Amino acid sequence: MSDHLTISDLNLEFRTRHGTVRALEDVSLTVRRGEIVGVVGESGSGKSVMAYSVMGLSDAAADIKRGSIVLGGMDLLTTRGEAMRAIRGREMAMIFQSPRTALNPIRKVGRQIEDVLLEHAAIPRRDLKKAAIAALERVRIPDPERRYNAYPFELSGGMCQRIMIAIALACSPSLLIADEPTTGLDVTTQAVIMDLIRDKSRDSRMSTLLITHDLGLAGEYCDRIAVMHAGHVVEIAPTDVLLAHPAHPYTRQLLAATPTPDSTIDTLSSIGGQLPDLRRELPPCRFSERCVRKMPQCDLPPLPWTELSSDHLVRCRVPL
Amino acid sequence: MNFVWKRLLATLPSLAGVVVLTFLLSHALPGDPAAYFAGPAADANSIAEIREKLGLDRPLVEQFFYYVADLLRGNLGKSLTTGQPVLTDLVDRLPASLELSAYALVFAIGCAIPMGVLAAIRLDRPADHACRVIVTVCAAFPTFFIGLLLVYVFYFLLGWAPEPLGRLNEILYTAPPRVTGAYTIDALIAGDGEVFRAALAQLVLPAISLGLFALAPLARITRAAMLESLSSDFVRTAHASGLPTSKVLFTYAFRNSLLPISSVLGMVFSFLLGSNVLIEQVFGWQGVGAYAVSAVLASDYAAVQGFVLMMALLYILLNLLVDVLATLIDPRVRFEG
Repeated sequence: MSDHLTISDLNLEFRTRHGTVRALEDVSLTVRRGEIVGVVGESGSGKSVMAYSVMGLSDAAADIKRGSIVLGGMDLLTTRGEAMRAIRGREMAMIFQSPRTALNPIRKVGRQIEDVLLEHAAIPRRDLKKAAIAALERVRIPDPERRYNAYPFELSGGMCQRIMIAIALACSPSLLIADEPTTGLDVTTQAVIMDLIRDKSRDSRMSTLLITHDLGLAGEYCDRIAVMHAGHVVEIAPTDVLLAHPAHPYTRQLLAATPTPDSTIDTLSSIGGQLPDLRRELPPCRFSERCVRKMPQCDLPPLPWTELSSDHLVRCRVPL
Repeated sequence: MNFVWKRLLATLPSLAGVVVLTFLLSHALPGDPAAYFAGPAADANSIAEIREKLGLDRPLVEQFFYYVADLLRGNLGKSLTTGQPVLTDLVDRLPASLELSAYALVFAIGCAIPMGVLAAIRLDRPADHACRVIVTVCAAFPTFFIGLLLVYVFYFLLGWAPEPLGRLNEILYTAPPRVTGAYTIDALIAGDGEVFRAALAQLVLPAISLGLFALAPLARITRAAMLESLSSDFVRTAHASGLPTSKVLFTYAFRNSLLPISSVLGMVFSFLLGSNVLIEQVFGWQGVGAYAVSAVLASDYAAVQGFVLMMALLYILLNLLVDVLATLIDPRVRFEG
C-alpha cells in the first residue's frame, strides 16, 4: 500500500492574547491508501488541530510554522482559496462530533446532500434528487425517499451522523477525516456508525483518519494507531503491536486506563498530572513531567524517533 | 393554516385586555367628559342632564357593556375636534401613517441588513468599525432632531427636497382617487406618474428620518445573528464540504439568521408606528400620529381611545405576521406551535 496522506514535521502555533501556544510540534503521520489510522489522545493533545490543518480549516489565529501536508501528491499547505475549496468535499471530507448541530437545522437533509453534489459532481440538475437519495441509501438509511425531506431535528443523533457520512461520502473522497464521530451516541449506534465507516473505507479503498479519545474504539476499527500527547505524536504502530507491546510510557498508561470487561472502577488506573501548559518553555519530551520513568537524559534535546521495527516508531529515549 | 387559526385564537385574551384598558383609561383620565360636552357656559343642572344622556351616571360595569356593544357595532364615538365619527377619522388617516412607516421600514431594511452582514463578515476590520459608528450615531439622535436636520439641509440649504408640508403639494397636484389611501400606490393604480413622483418626493425625508431610527436595532441584530451562524457547526460543515463562499454565507449562514432578524423587525415596525407621532408633526403629515397628538391636546377622549385601540390591534396583527413569517423561515417553529 502506498502513502496517501503524508504529514511531515508539522509545526503549528496559535497566537493568543496570553502568549503563543505551540499546539503541534514536529508532527509526522502517514495514512496509506484504504487504511484506517486512529489518532488517540486526551483532550487538548492536538488531534483536532491536526485534522483541521489537513482540511485547511484552521482557526484564523493558527500559524503553520513548518512542515508539509501532502495528499495524493498535492501539497495542501501551498494550495489556497478556490483550489483548496475544490479539493474539500471532493478529495477529502470530514465528519464531526455532535451531528445534530453539524447539519443546517433549517434545510432538508436531502438538499444538503444536493449542495455538495451540485458543487463537486458532474450531475445534471434533474438527476440531483435521485443521486441524493442514492447517497442516503448507501449509508443504509431506511426509506431514503422519505428521509430526503426530513429536517435534522426530526432525526435521531445516529441518523444525523449517517446523513453527515452521506454528505461526506457523496463525492467518493479518497480521504475521510472522522473527528470523534461517535461521541455522544449510545454504544449500539456507535457500533453501527463505526461499522458503516469501516465498510465504506474497505469498499472504495478510502483512507480514513479516525480521531478519538477512546483507545478501545480505535483498537477495534483501526489498522494503525498514532498516540498524541501535548502536540507530539509519541508513538505510532500497527494496532495489534501497539495494544500488545506499547513502547511509550504514555501509551501504556492510556491502555491501563482503558476499561475492559474485567476491570472495575477500582482496578482502572488513571494517568497522573495533566497536559503541560503549551505556552511556556517545554522540555524536549513533553511527557517527562508526568513520566514515572523520567531519567536525566530525557531533558537533553533533541527528542529522537526510536524505530523498534519498520512500522513501530516511538518518541522516547528509553522506550519500554 | 391550522397554525394561523391557533395564533388568532391566542390573540383574543390580549384583545380583551386592550379593550378593558382603553375603557378604564377614559375613566382614569382627569376631567369630566360631561362638563366638556356641556361647554363652559353650562350650569350644574345641564351637566347632570348630559351625564345621564351619556350614560355616565350608570355603574362602571354597565357602562363597560355599553362600550363593548358600541365597539362591536364599529362605533368608536364622535371626535370633539373634527365632529366626525372617530372610526371615519382613523380610517381616513391610517393609510398615510402606514405608507410612511412602510417606506421607512424598507429604507431601514435596505441599509441595515447589508451593513450588519458586512460587519459580521469583516469582523473587527474597518468596515465593522464604520458600521458601529453609523449605528451609534443613528441610535443617539432623536428622530425629530434628525427630521429637522434633514429639512434644514435638503430643503432650506440645498433645495433638493419639496416643502415639508404634508403628503402632496395640493396646489400643484390633486390627490389620486382613493383606493388604498396610500398616495404612491393610488397614483400607480391611476397610472399618474407625475403624482407618483411628487408623492414619493414628499415621502423621502420623513421616511429617512424615521428609518434611521429603525436602522440601529436592525443592523445590530443582523450582525449578531450572522456572527452566531458563521461560528456554528453547520457553517463549518459547509466549509468542510467545499461549498462556495456565497452559498455558505447566504444559504447557510444568512437564512439561519433570519429568525432573530424577523422578530426584531416586528418590534421595530411597531416602534416606527409609535414614533410616527413625532415625525408627522415635523413634516405636517396628515396621519394618525398627528391626529392623536391634537386629540390629546384637546382632551378629545373618544379620539384618544380610538387611537390606542387601533394601535393595539395593529401590534397584535403585526405580531401574528411575524409568527407566521417565523414558521416559513424555520420548520422547527411549526412543530412547537
